[in-house]
Amino acid sequence: MRRYFGRKLLVYGLTFFMAVTVNWLVPRLMPGDPVASMLARARVAQPEAQEALRVYYNNLFGFDQPWWQQYLNSWGALFRGDFGISLWAFPTPVADLLTRAVPYSLALLIPSILISWVIGNRLGALAARRKVLDNTVLPVSYVLTATPYLWLAALMAWGFGIVWGIFPVAGGYSFSMTPSFTWPFFVDLLWHWVLPFASLFLVALGGWAIGMRNVIIYELESDYANYLSALGAPQKLIRRYAFRNAVLPQITGLALQLGVLVAGALVTEIVFSYPGLGSLILAAIQNKDFFLLQGAFLFIVLGVLIANFIIDVIYVIVDPRTRVGMAGASA
Amino acid sequence: MTTTTVEPLRPPVRWEALYFALRNTKLLVGMGIILILLGIGVIGPFFIDKPPSEYVGMQMQPPSGEFWLGTNTFGQDLWAQFVHGLRTTFLVGALGGGIAAVIGMAIGFLAGYKGGWIDEILTMFTNVVLVLPTLAVLFILNAYIGVRGAGMQALFIGLTQWPWAARSIRAQTFSLRSRDFVDLARLSGVGSGRIIMREIAPNMSSYLLLTFILLFGGSILIASSLDFIGLGPTDAVSLGLMLQQAHQWSAMHLGLWWWFIPPGAGITLIVGALYVANVGLDEVFNPKLREL
Repeated sequence: MRRYFGRKLLVYGLTFFMAVTVNWLVPRLMPGDPVASMLARARVAQPEAQEALRVYYNNLFGFDQPWWQQYLNSWGALFRGDFGISLWAFPTPVADLLTRAVPYSLALLIPSILISWVIGNRLGALAARRKVLDNTVLPVSYVLTATPYLWLAALMAWGFGIVWGIFPVAGGYSFSMTPSFTWPFFVDLLWHWVLPFASLFLVALGGWAIGMRNVIIYELESDYANYLSALGAPQKLIRRYAFRNAVLPQITGLALQLGVLVAGALVTEIVFSYPGLGSLILAAIQNKDFFLLQGAFLFIVLGVLIANFIIDVIYVIVDPRTRVGMAGASA
Repeated sequence: MTTTTVEPLRPPVRWEALYFALRNTKLLVGMGIILILLGIGVIGPFFIDKPPSEYVGMQMQPPSGEFWLGTNTFGQDLWAQFVHGLRTTFLVGALGGGIAAVIGMAIGFLAGYKGGWIDEILTMFTNVVLVLPTLAVLFILNAYIGVRGAGMQALFIGLTQWPWAARSIRAQTFSLRSRDFVDLARLSGVGSGRIIMREIAPNMSSYLLLTFILLFGGSILIASSLDFIGLGPTDAVSLGLMLQQAHQWSAMHLGLWWWFIPPGAGITLIVGALYVANVGLDEVFNPKLREL
């Protein structure tokens, strides 16, 4: 087990190292003088702000220092939690903007991932080897999983928000409200949360149902299932055993899909102007706010790595074989 | 048991795959949809004499005989955009999927066949890239370096999408490399590259095709997200860019459903058809699935 976690942590450590390095390197690959072009792109009107920015950039990148010094400085800043200052929302620090947006993103991501995973698995397990269900669940699942997140989000916003007018189409809460810990605000928050959640949930659902169906068919063909049915065990029991075995690859699948799910949440947030990381990233791209973009990148990478680690821990709890080192789960 | 076993004239082995392919509804339907859309994307632009961004007429017209998909708030012909967009979307999918497949195969074959420390390093590298959230990396790359053409976008997508393919190809290679025919080739002094190309790859050709199809669909989906966020090609129209413009100019609020429904439906149709064709192909190549 120590070896299992050791390898995992090594991979995550290397990943984070690579992400930070890419983050450091890419701005330096940009053609021309990065400070000048960033200033030009930043479209800051006041000359004093522009001068402040120039000094700030030069200090931040430290172009007069040798490259390894610049690289080490970037790590130092990272450990101090210093992601720079946003240009779009000058002079708010990027870290503040990000920590304000993250709760909204997590409130969308965690429920939609968990609920779609659980229900998708149930659905797939039910559909496997049952003609009628299989012929309905499977095509629907394929359509759902092929749908771009942003398009389903747009369809739902249009259908439920504009044509029917049941749900709000934009924002995390009504513009007339100020965030507070009151009951009406909470209800309002929930009301705005429903559509983005539902569209994320639906797209993810299809993939899990397909995956579970395929794995459980494989399990139902295995020796232990045949042996059990030869012994006369009830079909229900065999299916229950098959399900428990089939959950394992689905847990691994969850870890592999995290990046895709996060990406889906980002574009869904943009469609609904939901005040999460996605909307921040859009603002960063539209306003050429590279510090915000880079900060968001590191936040996402860190979040995905932490989630991966949690899934690894869950895998060890669920699969006793990894604990005694009989079979290592593939990364 | 299906009727194939009682067929009086069994097809020769070489045509077996084709024989089952022509009888597989999933494959036929999936390929049919893809070919129709591909046909529209390839041939369509020749019938439209104006560039897709030209202002052709009335603004915000619903679909009609003259403008099949209506016009947007600027008076651009959405059918022209759709047709050109299909072309770009297929191009990005094929190129991005192709690049990812080539990288995935190179790393997968090498790691699986060579084993040892080469395998250790390549697997470690694959796992590292696998955990990196692809779209976030693409944000950074595209925003800084800038994307002007669809080819550039496809290149970036290909460079980030290969890891899962590399992993599954490595696993397949691993199971093939200790087979007798591979040993025989090695004993006869055949080089590694030749063994991979002549002995191992042909034995998993169907698997490689399936991998490419999935990468193709995945590339299209990623490209649509990138386009939507404003990091799409600047010199072309794609289905994702149409969605981005529809969102940016609030087509939803203006009730211009013909602006944002067709491009999304196009993407869903292409990717869905690819997945369904993939399942069909799997059944064609894999006799175990055939009998189900």
